[in-house]
Amino acid sequence: MMSTIIETDNLTYTYPGSEENAATVALGGVTLKLARGSFVVVLGHNGSGKSTLAKTFNAVLLPSGGTVYVDGMDTKDEKLLLEIRRRIGMVFQNPDNQIVANVVEEDVAFAPENLGVPTEEIRQRVDDALEAVGMTEFTLHAPHLLSGGQKQRIAIAGVLAMLPECIVLDEATAMLDPRGRREVLNVIEGLHREKDVTVVLITHHMNEAEHADRVIVMNDGTVAMDGTPREVFSRADELKSLGLTVPDTISLLRELRDGGLDVPVDAVTVEDCADAIMEAIG
Amino acid sequence: MLKDITLGQYFPGNTLAHKLDPRTKLLAVVCYIVAIFSCHSVWGYGAAIVTLIVSARVSKVGAKALFRGLRPVLFIIVFTAVLNLFYTPGEVVWTWWVLKITREGVRMSVAMVARITLLITGTFLLTYTTSPIRLTDGLESLLSPLKKLHVPVHELAMMMSIALRFIPTLIEETDKIMSAQKARGADFESGGLVQRAKALIPLLVPLFVSAFRRADELATAMECRCYHGGEGRTKLHVLRFAARDYLVLAFYVALAAGIIVFD
Repeated sequence: MMSTIIETDNLTYTYPGSEENAATVALGGVTLKLARGSFVVVLGHNGSGKSTLAKTFNAVLLPSGGTVYVDGMDTKDEKLLLEIRRRIGMVFQNPDNQIVANVVEEDVAFAPENLGVPTEEIRQRVDDALEAVGMTEFTLHAPHLLSGGQKQRIAIAGVLAMLPECIVLDEATAMLDPRGRREVLNVIEGLHREKDVTVVLITHHMNEAEHADRVIVMNDGTVAMDGTPREVFSRADELKSLGLTVPDTISLLRELRDGGLDVPVDAVTVEDCADAIMEAIG
Repeated sequence: MLKDITLGQYFPGNTLAHKLDPRTKLLAVVCYIVAIFSCHSVWGYGAAIVTLIVSARVSKVGAKALFRGLRPVLFIIVFTAVLNLFYTPGEVVWTWWVLKITREGVRMSVAMVARITLLITGTFLLTYTTSPIRLTDGLESLLSPLKKLHVPVHELAMMMSIALRFIPTLIEETDKIMSAQKARGADFESGGLVQRAKALIPLLVPLFVSAFRRADELATAMECRCYHGGEGRTKLHVLRFAARDYLVLAFYVALAAGIIVFD
């Protein structure tokens, strides 16, 4: 039995209303357990509550009702705030708005500096983090001259320097071009594979879910579907009713099947999909 | 056109002046300014000028670059020179209509021009050889005793470095908004001053809105990386005085003290 890194218990969150706007319920009772070392993809259309959910994982937002536990620590406990945030690293959508310093290495050093890590160890952590994201050669560059994908890799390195247990990426690939997106996903998949970092990837790109262990589909602030990519994507009609599509691989297989070819419709990764087609056409 | 804006215009290099601790350079500039304003005789000015030339040589900053810094203040220099030339009372050497030049006036205006020129070029030498981040680090460290008086030194330094970090980002954004507005028929180039100023409003409003959004997101991102003020913070690069720092500092203190005492 794998241990749990993040646990939510009947979590609700309501954005406070103002004079013009009524209060909006973003999360309406979410109960989840995320296993340590897993790769979880959270899908959902805009306004489904997926980003709000992510922000409750490291106490950026505190639950309106229910509880969130990180490694057994209640996020409402202010004394544990830094420890919780150190364990759950967060990467956001806009790479420009999360880089603090003028030089790459200084930016990566920001979190360990805040945590009061001794100078020599900061150096080590910065070098390790930049190597892990493949940006060592840019150590002394100015971040604003880098491409979107490179900036986002720096942001990931900045989080890695905290030595987190889990990285939450809140639509971190949404503003990138396909190449930048591929770069970031490769880094994330590498970290998951080699360093056993738990990954929570919030996205609306179905194709990014192919390597996940678990896919959670959010709708109207609740969990609509939850399972392995195969399980979730084989329920294409249900996804469509939630305003989502299926990955390209699945949609190809479905079309082939509709055209009369006897293929399974649950091969999510490109390799599995290719194998399935090869087998069908013999 | 917006790409031309530079701040502090740092020239990267690897000279002794670049390697010095930023605090040394800041203190040296303070000493130098004290020295310039205590000068009275030709000897005093001579010492200040020689010091500047040697410092510029050591930091490999050319005369051209050094004097380029004077361009924006050229008007002030000329203005001070003319004012001092005609309005200093004393022994009259030349008159024409209501204008008269005195011996003291000539001396005074030469001295003022020399002072301002030395002051500006001296401080420019500091910004040419010190990157803005190192400068901020140096200031934070020098001002840290003020923390006891509840002056938010760390916060001010953090604000300054974030401002420096976002200058290129915001310039890029301004360019984008400008192009977008131009594509919708906005005209930034023609008309009088008032009309041009008015034309900037559709540029500034979206820029401000986006700057506030950025500030909000950056604050969240900083909190997520455990930022909680200056307390208990460590540094990747710790400022350390080396032997060369003490030497340079001793020289500048001696210069200031020498000019105050003997001149």
